[in-house]
Amino acid sequence: MSAILNDETKKVLTAPLVNDNPITLQVLGICSALAVTSQMSTSLIMALALTLVTAFSSAAISAIRNHIPSSIRIIVQMTIIASLVIVVDQILKAFAYEVSKQLSVFVGLIITNCIVMGRAEGYAMKNPPLESFMDGIGNGLGYSLILIIVAFFRETLGSGKLLGIEVFKLTKDGGWYDPNGLMLLPPSAFFIIGLIIWGVREWKPNQVEKVEFKIMSIAHGEGGHH
Amino acid sequence: MEAYISLFVKAVFIENLALSFFLGMCTFIAVSKKIATAMGLGVAVMVVQAITVPANNVVYHALLKEDALSWMGIKGVDLSFLALLSCIGMIAALVQILEMILDKFFPALYHALGVFLPLITVNCAILGGSLFMIERDYNFGESVTYGVGSGLGWALAITVMAGVREKLKYSDIPAGLQGLGITFITAGLMSLGFMAFSGIQL
Repeated sequence: MSAILNDETKKVLTAPLVNDNPITLQVLGICSALAVTSQMSTSLIMALALTLVTAFSSAAISAIRNHIPSSIRIIVQMTIIASLVIVVDQILKAFAYEVSKQLSVFVGLIITNCIVMGRAEGYAMKNPPLESFMDGIGNGLGYSLILIIVAFFRETLGSGKLLGIEVFKLTKDGGWYDPNGLMLLPPSAFFIIGLIIWGVREWKPNQVEKVEFKIMSIAHGEGGHH
Repeated sequence: MEAYISLFVKAVFIENLALSFFLGMCTFIAVSKKIATAMGLGVAVMVVQAITVPANNVVYHALLKEDALSWMGIKGVDLSFLALLSCIGMIAALVQILEMILDKFFPALYHALGVFLPLITVNCAILGGSLFMIERDYNFGESVTYGVGSGLGWALAITVMAGVREKLKYSDIPAGLQGLGITFITAGLMSLGFMAFSGIQL
């Protein structure tokens, strides 16, 4: 085990979770992160699909990286990714038809998910297959983490359920919880991700972006309060 | 005619690609710092969307759909699982061709859009538009309307967003919320605004 999990592998596997998260820091793959998170079950399937596609496409691209002419590399990467997504799409249609209907076009949109392309271009083109595979898994997990957090809040607060199992008893069934309908609508996803980013950056201040315009302080004597 | 108008209005406002389906978010967040660049990208997306959605519609109906190959005498073949691959290939090819045409005949426009054109290939709004067209089974006329409308809706959203962000940079924001964080909250508020259209029956 320790031979497989050397330092580099460990780094590429854990760094994307918080320190280098694809969604909150690299701003990649946001589209699907927002769209599928109104339910936990769709989020889990989506997270799994994206992690697998990223890992296998990174490994495949990395395996042939020395044979791809750089002028057509985007098309080659795109073809590999698209083929993997077709496989995932067909598997979902065969074994989880209901979920695949709910995910609608978002499975297909894994092709243009910037995480997959970004990892292929940024990591797999320069590193051997095993590391690239691990890097894909790591980034997929970072994406999954955010997806699961967002889905957790949206589903529990929006419908009082988690994975379809009742958590809060709703008022219409004689319980005490009045569901917050906003949580099921698109805007809530933006708010929750915004707040997650805020939280992560308060925790890891080195991720805070530079201020473009500094607000001048009125009190001159001591340079104002901070 | 009425059906087309209502489809158009629906594509622009009610089912806005950026704010209610979250498509093209990466570029939406990354390129919305200045109104001028946001508008340039918006126009580029609109043009590409208006071309690729009908083009994919033709390919899908003539080649991929179940029994679509019957005009060649081949029956019972369903290639619709290839739709993803053909859509993305079509988009990549058309963007490349559009880039060459603009470079040759409209150099001013080419330089204005220059950097954004290749980016558009990996913009999910474009692929999303084509996939929605297939899922909802639009005919050719509808696909043209939907392409133009959804592109316009996206352009509108990113331009408005850039307007808000230009004003926002002078405001005093908590350090952790600076940049990306506040952009998400703003997008959420804008999306709330667009939700107001959803009650409209067409």
